[in-house]
Amino acid sequence: MTSHTILYLDDVSVVFDGFRALNNLSLFVDQGELRAIIGPNGAGKTTMMDVITGKTRPSAGTVKFRDTDLTLLDEAAIATMGIGRKFQKPTVFDALTVFENLELALKAPRGPLACLRWTLAGEARSRIEKTLEEIGLTARAQDRAAILSHGQRQWLEIGMLLMQDPELLLVDEPVAGMTDQETEHTAALLRRIAGTRSVVVVEHDLEFVRALDCKVTVLCEGSVLSEGTIDQVQNDPKVVEVYLGR
Amino acid sequence: MSATTATLPAQPRVTLRLVLWGAVLVLALIPLLNQLPETSALHVGDFIVSITGKWITYAILALAIDLAWGYTGILSLGHGAFFALGGYAMGMHLMRLIGPRGAYGHPTLPDFMVFLGYPELPWYWLGFDMFPYAFFMALFIPGLLALIVGYLAFRSRITGVYLSILTQALTYALMLAFFRNDMGFGGNNGFTDFKELLGMALTTPLARAVLFYASLVALVGSYWICTRISVSKLGRVLVAIRDAESRVRFLGYSTTQVKLFVFVISAVLAGLAGALYVPQVGIINPGEFSPGNSIEAVIWVAVGGRGTLVGAVVGAFSVNALKTWLTTAAPDLWLFALGGLFVAVTLFLPRGLVGLFSRKVEK
Ligand SMILES: Nc1ncnc2c1ncn2[C@@H]1O[C@H](COP(=O)(O)OP(=O)(O)O)[C@@H](O)[C@H]1O
Ligand SMILES: [Mg+2]
Repeated sequence: MTSHTILYLDDVSVVFDGFRALNNLSLFVDQGELRAIIGPNGAGKTTMMDVITGKTRPSAGTVKFRDTDLTLLDEAAIATMGIGRKFQKPTVFDALTVFENLELALKAPRGPLACLRWTLAGEARSRIEKTLEEIGLTARAQDRAAILSHGQRQWLEIGMLLMQDPELLLVDEPVAGMTDQETEHTAALLRRIAGTRSVVVVEHDLEFVRALDCKVTVLCEGSVLSEGTIDQVQNDPKVVEVYLGR
Repeated sequence: MSATTATLPAQPRVTLRLVLWGAVLVLALIPLLNQLPETSALHVGDFIVSITGKWITYAILALAIDLAWGYTGILSLGHGAFFALGGYAMGMHLMRLIGPRGAYGHPTLPDFMVFLGYPELPWYWLGFDMFPYAFFMALFIPGLLALIVGYLAFRSRITGVYLSILTQALTYALMLAFFRNDMGFGGNNGFTDFKELLGMALTTPLARAVLFYASLVALVGSYWICTRISVSKLGRVLVAIRDAESRVRFLGYSTTQVKLFVFVISAVLAGLAGALYVPQVGIINPGEFSPGNSIEAVIWVAVGGRGTLVGAVVGAFSVNALKTWLTTAAPDLWLFALGGLFVAVTLFLPRGLVGLFSRKVEK
C-alpha cells in the first residue's frame, strides 16, 4: 500500500450460505483516481460496495479507508468519514422534493439537534442550486421526487452523492436508463470529479467505460480477473472467454 | 424557506392556522359558558367540560403517536404505557395530598397502604408530595423508559411489526406488574378518591376550569413542538427514515440516534397527557396499561390522518366523540364500530379524515 492509497481491500471474502460472492478479492484505489469496475452479472460488484460501505460484513479480509478499518464501523459512520455511494437501484426520498433530497444529503452536522436548528444559509443554498444545475433538475427543484422519471432519479442520486462532498465516491451503474447524451454528460462529470476525489464506477456499458478513460478492473466470480486499460482488458483472453462464454 | 413552502403552499397554511386558532378559541370558551346560568341558551353542562378536557389530553397522546408513527414510521402499540405512567406519577401526588383525610385517617400513608399493612411510605413515594417533583416524574419516567426500550430496539434494528409487538408486550407486562399489590401502586384498584390539587378542591368548577385550560395550553404547546420538528430539517430526516431508513444511514445519519430522540419526545408528551388526564377523570388503575388502549389511540391517528398533526388531533376528538355517543346509544356495538372504522379508513381513506379536506396539507 503506497501512501496515497485511499481504499484498500485485501483478501476479502464474503460468503452467503456457502456461496462465495467475494473470493479473496484484493483491490487498491489511489487518491484522486477514477476506476471502472466491470464484470458479468453476479460477479460481486455490488457486494464489494456493500462491504466498503458497511452494509455487509466480510467473512474474511481487510478493508481500509486510509488507515481506518471499515469493518468495525456502521453505515452512518463510514458515510460521515467521507465515503459516498450511489446505489444501483436509485433510492431517493419520494415524499420530499428534489431540493429537499439534496438538502438532506448536503454535508452538515447530522445529529438530531443540529437538524432541528438547521437553517438554510446562503452558501448552502448556492451549493444546492449549483448541483441542481449540474444534474439538470433546476426546473424540477420543487417537485416531489416521486414524480421523476427513472433517468432523473439517477441524476438526483448522483446529485445527492455530490452534496455529501465525499472523498471517495462509489457509483453503482449510474447510466442505466439514461439517453446517450446523458451518458456522455455523466462520463464527463465523473472525470471532472476525479482528481480532487477518488471515484469507483461500476458499469456494464463498455462505451461508457471507454469514455471514462481510466484504469479498468474486471471482476469475475468474486475476484479480480484482469486489470489495465480498457483496450488491454478487452484483449485479455481470460476476459474474452468470460464475456463470450456467457 | 422555499424547501418547506414547496410541500406546504402558503395559502392552505394560513387557512390552516386560522382554523386551528379558531378551534382553540372555541375550546377555550367551554369552561366560560359553563359559568352561565343554566337557563341561558349558551350554557354548557359540567359533563361537556369534563369530557372535552379528557379529549384534549387524548389529542396530546395522539400527537405523540403521530410524531413517532406518522412521521418516523415507528408504529408503537405501547404508547398507552407512557400515558399511564405519567398518570400514575400524577396520581401518586394526588394520593399524597389526601393526607389524613383518607378512610383510615393515617397522616401520610394512602389508604391502600394502611390496608396492606405498610409500616411506612416506600422510598419511591418520597418527594411525590411536592407538585414540581411529581410533575417532573410524570415526564421523566416515560422518557426514561422510552430511552431504554428505544435504545435496545433501535440499536438492534428492530423495526416494523416486531417493534409493534415489542411495545405491546411492554404495556402488557406493565399492566400485569401494576396489578400486583406488592408493587406499591394500589394493585388493581389503583388510585382514586383524590381530594385536591394545587390547593384547589378537585370538585370545584374552578379546579375543573384550571385543569381544562392547563390541558389546552399543553395541547397547543405540544402541537407547537411537533410543528417545529416537522417543518425543520429534522422533520424531513424523519420522513426519510420512515420511507427508506437504510438509505438515510448511507447518507451518514445515525438513524438510531434520530429515532431515539423522537421516541423519547413522543413518550414525554404521552406522559404529559396522562398527568393531565388523571386529575380530570379522578382515577387511575392498571387498566390504563391494557394493550387495547394503545391500539385504540393508534386508530385515532389513523382515522384523523397520520403524518399530519391536524389529523392526529381531529382523529382523537372525532373517534372519542363517536365512542361517547355509541357507548350510551348502543354499548355492544362500540368495538365493532372501532374495528370497522379502522378497516374502512385503511381501505378507503388512507390519508384519514383530513385527507378529505386537503389535497396536500403536509406530508
Ligand atoms: N444478501 C445476499 N444473500 C445471498 N446472496 C447474495 C446476497 N447479495 C448478493 N448475493 C449473491 O452474490 C452474488 C454477487 O452479487 P452482486 O454483488 O449483486 O453482483 P453484481 O453487482 O456484480 O451483479 C450474486 O450471485 C448474488 O446472487
Ligand atoms: Mg450489481
